[in-house]
Amino acid sequence: MMKMTSPAELEKYRSSILEGIDSGRPSVSVCCGTGCSASGALEVVSAFERLLEEKGIQANINTKITGCHGFCEQGPLVLLSPGNRLYCKVTEEDVDDIIEETLLANRVVERLLFVDPVTGEKIEKEEEIPFYKKQLRLIFGDNGKMVPTDIRDYLSLGGYSALAKVLKGMGPQEVIQEIKNSRLRGRGGAGFPTGLKWESCDKAEGDIKYVICNADEGDPGCFQDRSLLEGNPHLVLEGMIIGAYSVGASQGYIYVRNEYPLAVKNFSTALEQAREMGLLGENILGSDFSFNIKVVRGGGAFVCGESSALITSIEGRIGEPRYKFVHAAEKGLWDRPTVLNNVKTWAAVPLIINRGAEWFSEIGTEQSKGTMIFSLTGKVNNTGLVEVPMGISLRELIFEIGGGILEGRKFKAVQTGGPSGGCIPEGLLNLPLDFEKLAEVGSMVGSGGMIVMDETTCMVDVAKYFLSFTQEESCGKCVPCREGGEHMLKILERITRGEGEERDLELLKEISDTMQCASLCALGKLAPNPVLTTLKYFPEEYLAHIKDKKCSAGVCKELIEYLIDPEACTGCGRCLKACPTGAISGEKEAVHILDQEQCIKCGNCMEVCRFDAVSVE
Amino acid sequence: MTVDLEKVNSIIEKYRDDREAFIALLQDISAEYRYLPEEVIRYVSEEIEVPVSRLFSLATFYTSFRLEPRGEHEVQVCMGTACHVRGAPRMLDKVTQKLNIKPGETTEDKRFTVETVNCVGACALGPLLVYDGKYYGKLTQRKIEKLLEGSNDEDDQSS
Repeated sequence: MMKMTSPAELEKYRSSILEGIDSGRPSVSVCCGTGCSASGALEVVSAFERLLEEKGIQANINTKITGCHGFCEQGPLVLLSPGNRLYCKVTEEDVDDIIEETLLANRVVERLLFVDPVTGEKIEKEEEIPFYKKQLRLIFGDNGKMVPTDIRDYLSLGGYSALAKVLKGMGPQEVIQEIKNSRLRGRGGAGFPTGLKWESCDKAEGDIKYVICNADEGDPGCFQDRSLLEGNPHLVLEGMIIGAYSVGASQGYIYVRNEYPLAVKNFSTALEQAREMGLLGENILGSDFSFNIKVVRGGGAFVCGESSALITSIEGRIGEPRYKFVHAAEKGLWDRPTVLNNVKTWAAVPLIINRGAEWFSEIGTEQSKGTMIFSLTGKVNNTGLVEVPMGISLRELIFEIGGGILEGRKFKAVQTGGPSGGCIPEGLLNLPLDFEKLAEVGSMVGSGGMIVMDETTCMVDVAKYFLSFTQEESCGKCVPCREGGEHMLKILERITRGEGEERDLELLKEISDTMQCASLCALGKLAPNPVLTTLKYFPEEYLAHIKDKKCSAGVCKELIEYLIDPEACTGCGRCLKACPTGAISGEKEAVHILDQEQCIKCGNCMEVCRFDAVSVE
Repeated sequence: MTVDLEKVNSIIEKYRDDREAFIALLQDISAEYRYLPEEVIRYVSEEIEVPVSRLFSLATFYTSFRLEPRGEHEVQVCMGTACHVRGAPRMLDKVTQKLNIKPGETTEDKRFTVETVNCVGACALGPLLVYDGKYYGKLTQRKIEKLLEGSNDEDDQSS
């Protein structure tokens, strides 16, 4: 690849790429994000490669392996152009039909189309599917259009034009001002204004400055950072280069979770390509500006998503947070001025530079500008990644984009913000999503996790789940978090065993209060959120566990019983065979009986019963 | 065990000029042996002149490091929130019952290591587990049964 020595040369190269693209040539984009790969997308790709070669037409059709398209529930996804047709749940066996029918004869393969669960209607085009219709995919939209490991694809979609624009005629101050004007706020959780952070780093004294990308996405149920790095690594990289230019940093780091090998690989490839093309390294695009980036793989500690702990970890030590009365922007990595931003924040930067702060600040709410990417998961029909303008209501997100609750069950709560966030009840579904509104109800935007819960989810169990997570991930440096978390967990375990007392609820609030006031970092300060919000919005569930010794959701083992309905039982023997303890007895074709003494509440019988004869109470 | 110091030396050499890279160094060693053998940590400590306590503090703080050898097959049950609300705890119970070990342990015959993992980002497929790097989604207890027994059969035939 040729090294570009000026912004003009880059633009010339871009034109030559665009000229070379034959827009009439059919293309097949197979989503190979984590979800689709796990459902067999790689087998679909090899089937395409094999069959196109067998038919001798591989040269006429462009096959692309792309990053995550977001609609994980329907994967593996195959997008065909021209026409922007989306095929869902594609298997190897479908590939021959797709080639013969759609690619060669321009006919639709009906059985692979998305079926609207509400109307039963088949939908052909990606943009007409309700899941995509209400989204505003500014950052995430190019995932799926490009091969993430080919810089030319990124360039063909306008990539690195923001960097070229900056180097051609914007001074560092001007860039910072533009980001300030856009009113972009950090997407990692705290929502700190990005421009202000950059400005204080720029003003801080020091010859050596650093920029860091926080890609230690540890919140369970969040995978948008991963999908961006896997599917569009150059976008994040371009944002980092522009940030480094504006604050005067010469070295950058990206701290990626070690569980994300593909993100590490694709980002590293992007680094190499950018270096070869003169977009990274010495004298970027022929300017005086030089900048380099190192990839650091995380060690699997949730607390390292906290900025000061992350910095300590890059320094090669155990990831314990520091006191934050001095900001990282002044004294960060090796005590030097450092800008640390989340993946999504960096990814927003090129957009703002290209399209202007004014455009960006018109999207969203008064206080929260732009779009946010959420991982919509749990008991929702359309699991996946969604990008929406700030200010959209939870109801629109869950019921219109998300397609409602699985198996037509009743919505109970939505948990936002990961282990540090809270559970929001049905009564607040019209809440517009932004930093302030979610904080007001005791939750947070956080890194964008959104887990939908239905009537079969026990809220006390959910609180216990999050607390056991934060308690285990507490680094142990400060007492309130280390001890407070452990004791709250013990209380919750007692309650879910049916051994709780009413005064436990007061005790939970009291410990929460101490943790919020006195913990060193956000992990401890926010850890009580799931407990406090469930106590606030679902007090009756706690009381049912404590007073009536009942778990109405049928989750807490010590409080439930599995029952066989003699009316519905056909005596087929499936549960008898499946029971690991021999607790079920009964003759063939006679009603089966479950001995509660021997039952270990594994739920196997309920899972295998074909006649809905097993219930839980 | 006898350690191939050649490999360790080349890993040490790779990070010779990187003052911050102890974690990366341990990650590479861990990738080589699938755990961190104590004698290797001691050897590295002497070679790079860093107190062994410093390396052990890293090895015990970060969850991706193991000080015990792992079994032939690795089973990681995802305990992320999305999987949790879709029944992951029951799936973990099934795996641990079936293999008769607790999460984090290895079976006596060294064939299986069971671990929990916080989230692998394939939430649409939850509950799920990762078996030797391959994802198995939309789990049921029966699927787990088949998966763990299937691997038995395969191995028995090949051995």
